[in-house]
Amino acid sequence: MDLATILIQLLNSVQYGLLLFLISSGLTLVFGIMGVINLAHGAMYMIGAYLAYAFVDWSGSLGVAILLGIPVMLIVGIVIERFLIDSLYSRDHLFQVLLTFGLILILNDIQSILWGNDTHGVPIPDMLNGSISLTDNMSYPVYRLAVSGICLALAIGMYWVIQKTRLGMTIRAGASNREMVESLGINVRTLFTIIFAAGVALAGLGGILSAPLSSVYPGMGDNVLIICLVVVVIGGIGSIKGAFWGAMMIGLVSTFGPVLIPSLASVMVYLVMALVLLVKPRGLFA
Amino acid sequence: MKLTMKTKSFSHSIRQSALAGAMALLVAGTAQAADPVKVGVMLPYTGTYGALGEAITNGMQLAIEENGDKLGGRDVEYVTVDSEANPGKAPQNMNRLISGENVDFVVGPVHSGVAMGMIKMARQEGAITIIPNAGLNAATRQFCAPNIFRTSFSAWQTAYPMGKMAYERGYRKIATIAWNYSFGKESLSAFEEGFKAAGGEVVKQILTPFPKVEFQAYLTEIASLKPDAVFAFYAGGGAVKFVKDYNAAGLKKSIPLLGSGFVTDGTLTAQGEAAEGVLTTLHYADKLDNPKDKAFRKAYLDAYGKEADIYAVQGYDAGQMLVQALDVVKGNTKDRDALIAALENVKIDSPRGPWHFSKAHNPVQNMYLREVKNGQNVVVQVAAEGLEDPATGCSMMK
Repeated sequence: MDLATILIQLLNSVQYGLLLFLISSGLTLVFGIMGVINLAHGAMYMIGAYLAYAFVDWSGSLGVAILLGIPVMLIVGIVIERFLIDSLYSRDHLFQVLLTFGLILILNDIQSILWGNDTHGVPIPDMLNGSISLTDNMSYPVYRLAVSGICLALAIGMYWVIQKTRLGMTIRAGASNREMVESLGINVRTLFTIIFAAGVALAGLGGILSAPLSSVYPGMGDNVLIICLVVVVIGGIGSIKGAFWGAMMIGLVSTFGPVLIPSLASVMVYLVMALVLLVKPRGLFA
Repeated sequence: MKLTMKTKSFSHSIRQSALAGAMALLVAGTAQAADPVKVGVMLPYTGTYGALGEAITNGMQLAIEENGDKLGGRDVEYVTVDSEANPGKAPQNMNRLISGENVDFVVGPVHSGVAMGMIKMARQEGAITIIPNAGLNAATRQFCAPNIFRTSFSAWQTAYPMGKMAYERGYRKIATIAWNYSFGKESLSAFEEGFKAAGGEVVKQILTPFPKVEFQAYLTEIASLKPDAVFAFYAGGGAVKFVKDYNAAGLKKSIPLLGSGFVTDGTLTAQGEAAEGVLTTLHYADKLDNPKDKAFRKAYLDAYGKEADIYAVQGYDAGQMLVQALDVVKGNTKDRDALIAALENVKIDSPRGPWHFSKAHNPVQNMYLREVKNGQNVVVQVAAEGLEDPATGCSMMK
């Protein structure tokens, strides 16, 4: 591998890592603060991608899809939290797992009813449709770089919200000691609704932004869910910072791993997870 | 006997009243419906391969509808299970159809991994199984059996002819890439066999984890290898993403993309511009100039409001095969040997061109070279005429 190839692979890693971060940050937020394992996170990512397809098909613009898609996902999140998850907080984790697993099936069927089972593509917005040439025969799509930029901005934004704002302070406090926060008179119920809706919206935004990069197809969220769980577990459950570095690590491993040791390509990510957990059983930043 | 009596007395009154006639028909209808031909359908209706399962089912039902919704004069009952393209669930689904529902035929699956599970059960239980897609070579090679038929193709058939085509186009060094599962590997090795036989060399074989669709790292590797061309196998959502990524990485201009037909089949709308110019080989193509194809496509579009694709054709042929064979045995599914003999000897006038079964129960068929032009897989030439899978290791070949 020459230097140029290594640099391009690094770029690939970072770009993939940032996208992974965007998708898994919502999962870790909900998991860490509310203690809810949202298995339907991948399905919500898929719904996001289908919304992108539907809205772009209707309006012709990805910007419109983002502007309309996020509120839709927020509403979906609020409805699910208020009407379904709310009654399960006092129960065992198993109930949440069952509920969110059921949600996967329901969301998949809704997708099938609304949009059918065909594979769809979402065109890349004209403004970002170019590519930058890197070597004599390899170029890099501008859209990928733009998505990386958005993910990075979101990462910084989330860091700011959680570290510097009052809402963030309550979130952090709620994560470490829920009873205390409640007894201080903060409405945890509203807080939870906000967090869950934000988690769903992040999954949805991940789906919307990925739609032009990827293809939109039934069940596309299933793999995403698994890789997100890996990221969250490596980073430490509930830690946004952990999700960031976990995603970066998975980005690196799944880019360089298969090229260097092709025979281990499909298990590489899980090997890394196992190794991390051996050294740090609670994840990197828990 | 009672029923026959009733029918008789009603038939008497037909002359007098139209109403009674209608009722007689009703009674006759119930008499037959009590004993329909049971067709078990085990296809994916959800997930990556959901659209394929739907197209196959539509195609098959269209062929049977064209026969008055009857097989050998009997009504047809479909028992459908969603295979979810999940190999782990294949034995239990198969069991449900064979033992639970007691079906006369099982039609399925799409995915080769599921096919392995099905074939195992089919060989044990002797259930007549018609594979309308899954192209793993083994199904009509070492695991071939008198009760297992395939109306689609073997992986080998879809990739071998491209070897010669690629060499004829002046490519000498080619890199190959596919998902790391049986069908992917079989496609790549068949292409390599054909390409080597023609005189070319495969410089690198890349296998990517199934069903992951993150290709950027591999594309970078291909760019640094600089082969004359790339031969790829992906299907469904993976094919869409691969072709789009390949184009977006700027590789298509300098390193032409070749593929097994699935790379551009049923995926062109989603791939858009990115697929233009991609060359593939498959047993079906757009603009095949044959009347059967035109009639089929029109009928399919009218019935389902969708363009027919290769999967619909394979399903249609599975339906045609049942129609023909059951007409030969006059709807008698009890005499298994006669039924199998009838199935073996069908001559299918397919939208893809005529084909018949090899001794190993795989179609002997034309393979076409196609080029993507304006969102269609337009036929360029016949890449191999009447191509028969070598069926290495099949005990029925002797």
